[in-house]
Amino acid sequence: MSRTPLDTVEHAAGTPDVELPWAELGLKKDEYERVVEILGRRPTGAELAMYSVMWSEHCSYKSSKVHLRQFGEKAPQSDALLVGIGENAGVVDVGQGYAVTFKVESHNHPSYVEPYQGAATGVGGIVRDIIAMGARPVAVVDPLRFGAADHPDTKRVLPGVVAGIGGYGNCLGLPNIGGEVVFDACYQGNPLVNAGAIGVMRHEDIHLAKASGPGNKVILYGARTGGDGIGGASILASETFDDAKPSKRPAVQVGDPFQEKLLIECTLEAFAEKLVVGIQDLGAAGLSCATSELASNGSGGMRVTLDDVPLRDSTLSPEEILMSESQERMCAVVEPSKVDRFLEICDKWDVIATVIGEVTDGDRLEIFWHGGKIVDVDPRTVAHDGPVYERPYARPHWQDALQADDANKLPRPTTPEELKSQVLRLVSSPNQASKSWITSQYDHFVQGNTVLAQPEDSGMIRIDEESGLGVAIATDGNGRYTKLDPYHGAQLALAEAYRNVATTGAKPLAVSDCLNFGSPEDPAVMWQFAEAIRGLADGCLQLGTPVTGGNVSLYNQTGEAAIHPTPVVAVLGVIDDVARRTPVAYREEGQLLYLLGDTREEFGGSAWSQVVHDHLGGLPPQVDLERERLLGEILISASRDGMIDSAHDLSDGGLIQAVVESALLGDKGARLVVPDELDAFTFLFSESAGRAVVAIPRSEELRFNDMCGARGLPATRIGVVDGSASDAVVEVQGEFTLTLSELRTAHEDTIPALLA
Amino acid sequence: MTARIGVVTFPGSLDDRDSRRAIRLAGAEPVALWHKDKDLKQVDAVVLPGGFSYGDYLRAGAISRFSPVMGTVIEQAKSGMPVLGICNGFQILTEAHLLPGGMLGNDHLHFICRDQKLKVENAETAWTADYESGQEIHIPLKNMDGRYVADERTLDMLEAEGRVVFRYVVGGDTSHGHGHVNPDGYGNPNGSLRDIAGITNEAGNVVGLMPHPEHAVEPLVGSGRTDGLPFFTSILKKLVNA
Repeated sequence: MSRTPLDTVEHAAGTPDVELPWAELGLKKDEYERVVEILGRRPTGAELAMYSVMWSEHCSYKSSKVHLRQFGEKAPQSDALLVGIGENAGVVDVGQGYAVTFKVESHNHPSYVEPYQGAATGVGGIVRDIIAMGARPVAVVDPLRFGAADHPDTKRVLPGVVAGIGGYGNCLGLPNIGGEVVFDACYQGNPLVNAGAIGVMRHEDIHLAKASGPGNKVILYGARTGGDGIGGASILASETFDDAKPSKRPAVQVGDPFQEKLLIECTLEAFAEKLVVGIQDLGAAGLSCATSELASNGSGGMRVTLDDVPLRDSTLSPEEILMSESQERMCAVVEPSKVDRFLEICDKWDVIATVIGEVTDGDRLEIFWHGGKIVDVDPRTVAHDGPVYERPYARPHWQDALQADDANKLPRPTTPEELKSQVLRLVSSPNQASKSWITSQYDHFVQGNTVLAQPEDSGMIRIDEESGLGVAIATDGNGRYTKLDPYHGAQLALAEAYRNVATTGAKPLAVSDCLNFGSPEDPAVMWQFAEAIRGLADGCLQLGTPVTGGNVSLYNQTGEAAIHPTPVVAVLGVIDDVARRTPVAYREEGQLLYLLGDTREEFGGSAWSQVVHDHLGGLPPQVDLERERLLGEILISASRDGMIDSAHDLSDGGLIQAVVESALLGDKGARLVVPDELDAFTFLFSESAGRAVVAIPRSEELRFNDMCGARGLPATRIGVVDGSASDAVVEVQGEFTLTLSELRTAHEDTIPALLA
Repeated sequence: MTARIGVVTFPGSLDDRDSRRAIRLAGAEPVALWHKDKDLKQVDAVVLPGGFSYGDYLRAGAISRFSPVMGTVIEQAKSGMPVLGICNGFQILTEAHLLPGGMLGNDHLHFICRDQKLKVENAETAWTADYESGQEIHIPLKNMDGRYVADERTLDMLEAEGRVVFRYVVGGDTSHGHGHVNPDGYGNPNGSLRDIAGITNEAGNVVGLMPHPEHAVEPLVGSGRTDGLPFFTSILKKLVNA
């Protein structure tokens, strides 16, 4: 086997005319020229590998950065934020000395190519982000979106994704407590697999991704580095080597949850003994990212010997080692005197750990291979000084026509029979049907602290056994609303997640997001993106909930057809005592049902318009964030003072969907009376925001009414919890009656029939 | 006085902390045991917790069975020390031949997590004395490889000797969700032969079951029921009164 000379820094300086495959690695001509300008010479192959992957859309946020700045510029005053945007994950103060970190990330494209591993490694990646902050992961959530429920490819993608999330998360011992499952033809070739995680730590245990202190050692630990997830690097490799090596490597990484579980335990043990100065997980862009970010966030430079990286495949080139996205690896910076103890802990957990370099007092990141220096860069230029694009954006020409196609003008049911049949169609439609076939494949019991899990409005975890302190998380997004109006659609996602947290009795504190959009090179998509961010940033400012971080996934489109713009918003809340939580299920017969908030004729983007008319047009429901805040305060007060026994937010599907869910979960019936000022159809199907239905013990009615009256929140008595088990019904007086058994069949049989 | 109950942590154990909490809530003293350590730290009983030890990449429990700690556990179990294997722990006990039979993948090929209805068939083991024979309880179940199998002769023997400790309760309303999910936790969730959920050895000191009693010990978290607590109070009473 013959080889060309090693492309060292020296070699590169002496051979300025060598052509490098920058275009194949995804760099634009001006981006490559910028690299040459930064270095004052052509890059080596290894340097080119690092720049190309770190300057990719995924790692550099080059199309989204100019818009994302608003989250910082419009950040509300908040004492809750301990670590903000830019670290692996944001950190929020939840009181009693505890801090909580949470984040949502996308693993959309890999999950379409290889559903099981794509989804599994999505969970793995987000969990490592949480560990890298110093926290013990305590729960995961999974907002998922697929193509049409009855499309044959959905039957390939969904079961694989669900099995992958379960296979990985269950094996890590993390309860899966929330998320969403949405079907829409727009996601057919672009399913959205978002994964979120929450971690808990004491304030003093927060760790950051930075390499400080010259002489400190850089330790790579976890799995060996292999050739998986490399993508473009093999192009470089074939430029520098004769190709006598395996060529077809998987572009989707393969996960090993057992290795990750060991990584979690061994990292937490090292944290507990205060052995770690800085830490970074290896995710996208692998070692390129970890070394350049650690070095650029620290005070000095870093020197790394790539020969010391434990390999799964000894034929890997240095470029491939730098770009490999092999899973379950982390990088820690450790003082020399503590290295032995760190390695001992890794050995206890059977985790491979290797010193691969050290922090230097210079400001360069230098990487060596076979004695030659193959990288010599200012790490900031790799990690932070990537290109920034002001992509052109323009309101799409079809937006006016879409909004003019008013859903409020669609034909409505005219008889009680028609109303009843549409209710059944709604609650049995794939989006509104019970998802328990999916969620029962996730462990939600493990760790013994799960207070609420799906299908509750938000997941809730106890974090202190003594005091009962807990946190709640809800994730929401509505691509249909956002397509109709990106600004308000994003705010509706925020409002819904905020409301869902408050409904369970927790106080919303902070926001994370996962922004799923089409191609940024399409001005119409870029407009949706810009509008959605503007809406979200304005909304967070108004609600006083800062954005702690997030993730952007672009290019979710096939040909010209982009997905609905889908910002998924996660809201984190805190509850002083989880014993006060409010569940969705009706608990006692005789309790009174109250509708909180205003109901208007709002059907644009509604589940009813989709299920009954296959229609998307008009405007989404109005947004009133002051009302959301008031509703939230009332729900939290009512929970704290023991005034309500059940609460359910109203969103897609409207009031009837919420009542049916509460009835089925509690195995209790409900008798409803249409309020005087509303017609039955609007009462049941409207999707006006800022609303919830609560069940109140009769003894609390007066006190509850007084509270709502004093604070100006409309509260309308709409019925009573009545009937239990087999003879129970949901009745809308003067309109129709459905037995719980009929409703259960409609609601619970849909998903298994499609997917089992 | 109280009893010391050990909980072994294997690499990949997940419910070790939960088991220790359950032991503590029952009033006993939980003791953490490590798989590489032969020393049982003078505990009076041992719990092998749930999880995916060694990732379950080979047959579930097949590697853990050879860990140093198991050498001692097997020896002590044979001389009468009470041992409870939960889920992965049950799998390890069968691999260690402390209990007969073995576990295959669930018949529906999916992981399943739900609150499961069980019937107590034997309330005389070291771990079930606080139940009544015939009692129906709800215990969370969560597994991928939970289908209990054994040859007919072994099954007949288990039945004849009263060594089936728990059975999944079939019947009730399982018409929805294709039996996979139903509100009351009825049905055989994994295809286990004769609906067997848990068994014991001849002496009644070793019990293994697939469902997770440690997730049903507090009204607020887990399944929201406390049907699992009697496992831990049973053993405590037995040890303290011994």
